[in-house]
Formats: sequence, structure tokens, C-alpha cells
Amino acid sequence: MEILFYIFSALTLLCGLLVVFNPFSRNPVTSAMFLVLTIICMSGLFVLLKAFFLAAVQILVYAGAVIVLFLFVIMLMNIKEEERQRFRKFGTFLGAAAVAGLAWILVTTVMNSRTGERSVANNTGETKELGELLFTNYVLPFEIVSLLLLVAMVGCILLSKTSETEEEAE
Amino acid sequence: MTHVGLEHYLVVSAALFCLGLLGVVIRRNLIVMYMSLELMLNAATLALVAFSHHQPPSPHGSPLDGQIMVFFIITVAAAEVAVGLALIVALYRKRQTTDVADLASMKL
Repeated sequence: MEILFYIFSALTLLCGLLVVFNPFSRNPVTSAMFLVLTIICMSGLFVLLKAFFLAAVQILVYAGAVIVLFLFVIMLMNIKEEERQRFRKFGTFLGAAAVAGLAWILVTTVMNSRTGERSVANNTGETKELGELLFTNYVLPFEIVSLLLLVAMVGCILLSKTSETEEEAE
Repeated sequence: MTHVGLEHYLVVSAALFCLGLLGVVIRRNLIVMYMSLELMLNAATLALVAFSHHQPPSPHGSPLDGQIMVFFIITVAAAEVAVGLALIVALYRKRQTTDVADLASMKL
């Protein structure tokens, strides 16, 4: 089981790195494909953490729906490559330095917190228990989230609709 | 090989979060920046699932609370992606670009 953790986390980080910096291609489609791989490796990590339902949902929602949406938009816009690469050395350097600082803080915090001694529990996330919890303790957030999805749907329709005045202007 | 505990997952999550942040800061393409945002959300998700797996039994709340929270995060992220991409498409219609350097003015 330990070797699986190392394989999956290494693959997750590698694919995540290739989403952000791909030395071979600047095409957004490649980034989207590596995002799919990242998400699939991550659901492998979820299985190792015994969150079976979330692993399935992760693949269904992210690899299924979200990435399709990304690809759809990329192809709708017909973006070929990033035409010119205006490399701003100063901004890149400052950004990398800030992120490295944040990474250092996060990792040292995790290392100093000594969570290992107390991590004895071994909880499983089966669909049944999650569903029971969702419809007893978390009914109100569940309903609010469904409302949020409705609002997002209406918002998308409104945003992607071309208004009539605009069509007349064109 | 040492026993894989909570902190291993937290380090992976922190590294993934920093990768996403780096992408948002450095990349100039709006869509790739958005994908990096998704990476950051996923990193937070991984940390929550790891916490949920390692939570000792307690009278306050169920050990699955973290996973419920991840469920809501995934839902909200899906809604967010839909609205955000609609915004990007609307912006692209007006300006014919997704490079943030070309989107520096507030007037459409």
C-alpha cells in the first residue's frame, strides 16, 4: 500500500507540473489533458484513503464534466497556441519566489505539527454512510447547494446569450 | 519504507497547491490560469480527505464530516467552472483574446 501512495503522489505532482509548465507544448489542450491525468491519479489517492464514493465522484465530475467543459471552450475559441511568449523575467521571478516562500511555510508547518502519533483512525467513506449523513445532518447545505447549481445554470445562460441590442449593433 | 501517515498526504497537498498558485501567478493564458485554479481546489480537497481519514473518533460530529465538505467543494467547483468559462467566452467575444496582458483596461 505504501508503494502505491508514492506512485500516485509522484504521478499527481508530475502531471500537475505539466499542466502548469509543459516544456514541449504551449497548447491549452495539452494542459487540459494533463489535468485529467492529475485528477485520475488523485482519485487513486482517494481510494488509498478509503474515500471510495469521493473517488468515483471526482472522476465523474472532474474528468467527466469539468474537463469536457474546458475542452469545449478551448475548441470553441479555436486557440491554437499562445502566439507570442512575452517572458517577463521580473514578474516570473517574483511570483516563483513568493510561491516558494509559501511552500516552505506550509511544509515546515506540516512537519512541525507531529500529526503522526495521533493518526490512528482508519475511517471509510462508503456511499451509504455519506448519503445518510448528507440527508440528516447536512440537509440544509445540500438544499442550498442545489439552489447554487440552479443559479449557476441561469447565470451561464444569461452570460452566453447575445442580447438583442448587441445583435442589432452588429 | 516508512509508514505513510497524515503528514505525507498533507505535503503532497501543499505541493499541489503551490503548483496551482504558481500557474495562476506565472501563466498568462486565462484558461490555463483557470485550470491551475482547479489544481488548487483539488489540493484542498486532498487535504480534507486525508484529515477525514485520520480523524480519531470524537463525540462532536462524524468522522465523515471532511468528506461531506469535499462533496460540497466539488459541487461548488463545478458551478464555478461553468460560470467562469461562460465569463471567459463572453470576454473572448468582445476582445478576441484570452491573454491577460491584453485585458488590462477596464473599458470593454
